[in-house]
Amino acid sequence: MPVTVVNNTKVWQRYDTATRMKIWLGWIIGTAITLLCWQLISNNTRWEFVADASQQLSAFLQRMFPPDWAYAEQLWKPLWDTITIATLGTLLAMSIALPLSFVAARNTTPHPILRYVALLIIVISRSVNSLIWALILVAITGPGVLAGILAIALRSIGFIGKLAYESIEETSYEPIEAITATGANRLQVLDYAYLPQVLPSFAGISIFRWDINIREATVLGLVGAGGIGLNLNASVDLLRWDRVGMIFILIFALVLISETLSARVRKAII
Amino acid sequence: MAELTASPVTSRRWRKPPLIRNPWLRWGLLIGALIYLAVAISSVPVDDARIARGLERGGRMISSFLRPDFASRWYDIQIGVLESLTMTVVSTVAGVLLSVPVGLGAARNLVSAPIYLACRSIITISRTFQEVVIAIVFVVMFGFGPLAGVCTLAFATIGFMAKLLAEDIEEIDPAPLEAIRATGAGWLKTVTYAVMPQVSARLVGLSVYRFDINLRESAIVGIVGAGGIGSTLQTTFNRYDYDVAAAILLIIIVLVMTTELVSGHIRRRLQ
Repeated sequence: MPVTVVNNTKVWQRYDTATRMKIWLGWIIGTAITLLCWQLISNNTRWEFVADASQQLSAFLQRMFPPDWAYAEQLWKPLWDTITIATLGTLLAMSIALPLSFVAARNTTPHPILRYVALLIIVISRSVNSLIWALILVAITGPGVLAGILAIALRSIGFIGKLAYESIEETSYEPIEAITATGANRLQVLDYAYLPQVLPSFAGISIFRWDINIREATVLGLVGAGGIGLNLNASVDLLRWDRVGMIFILIFALVLISETLSARVRKAII
Repeated sequence: MAELTASPVTSRRWRKPPLIRNPWLRWGLLIGALIYLAVAISSVPVDDARIARGLERGGRMISSFLRPDFASRWYDIQIGVLESLTMTVVSTVAGVLLSVPVGLGAARNLVSAPIYLACRSIITISRTFQEVVIAIVFVVMFGFGPLAGVCTLAFATIGFMAKLLAEDIEEIDPAPLEAIRATGAGWLKTVTYAVMPQVSARLVGLSVYRFDINLRESAIVGIVGAGGIGSTLQTTFNRYDYDVAAAILLIIIVLVMTTELVSGHIRRRLQ
């Protein structure tokens, strides 16, 4: 911490001059990049449409409230579908991610080459958003709940797999050595030494992902993959904002409930 | 030795303790889950004929994924990708800047109850709705284009960052807080000298992480017209141009992987 003497008093500063210059340079470059990006966006924006944004918002809110309460009766089935998509998708992902994570973890992988294949699957699954997976799957299975389930599963494999293999790599070595010393074979070591250490965190990760998936499943319908998003898309296209309001309320309630549930369960497990 | 082996070992065979200890809860959950599964699976319509036709299309899709077509729509792709990237930068910067005051306001140990509740409700709304849902609202407000996307991602960033920041602030060491307060510092000075130094490293780490997420999300908000590569991607799917779609997907995957590597590196160095 450099101290300079100015007029016989010691002045304390946190950084020396060179470091301060570097920090300033970083800030300037960062600001310049941001402004440059902003300029590009500003050029692609029609500002005359933005000028009346507050009127648009107030008109939007006025037409959204009161929401169309009667429409809720038609929404129970889509809501059930949304929960089904999230739950079955998560279960499917769990059943694939558990073996995959054992292949991907450095300490349990059967072969290094297989490990890289597993890591590649995890990375690709994670990089593609579930809505994009849904776009692909709708083309294959046709629009509907099935496409949604598969889309959620394909995205979640990478998420669950990554966190699970990291937790496998962090397992304590003592139980493994102890079980191996009893003459257990590979499978028994897996069953008695690894699984008891990994399963609680695996369950926690999966429930966490389930709660994210509920949120994701609410929009899959926008590309035709089932759930309440189908109704949202239709209502937006018809400019029935009172119905959109009703859908927003249901989504809000569903996500809040699932988040609370998942937080409770995770607290109980860990 | 003979006495030891003769003792009834078999009757006291050790079993692994189950994951859920309470047997009523364990079996109840299992049976409930099975009933739910049966009902849920039976409620999923599966159209075999459609899937059979789709598999043929899936085969075509996979074969076109093996030869992605970057050239024929390169102009559209370039514009879309550039827009996604700029949206990510601007929305992350704006979102992080705005999330600091919201995060401070959502920390129980710093503010009064009304401010706390207001900031918490902003966080809850932002976190509850998926980005695309928020994008619909912003598109209504601002019209089609990247500005709606920037606002969407910035709003989602506020919820994410402010929540984690507030949790961090609530767990800070109270001693420096008290020391700075004892010097007679006001609220702003307390925050600058006692709170921010304790959380700033994590704030930077989280911002980098959120940059990753925003890049991923910027690829999809275009589906509802909020700019970025998403609208181009959806168009290619609607036109059955799977080789162009493959090119776009490959670009997205490479971009996401690169930023993830860089951000992982930065975050490790910060710790």
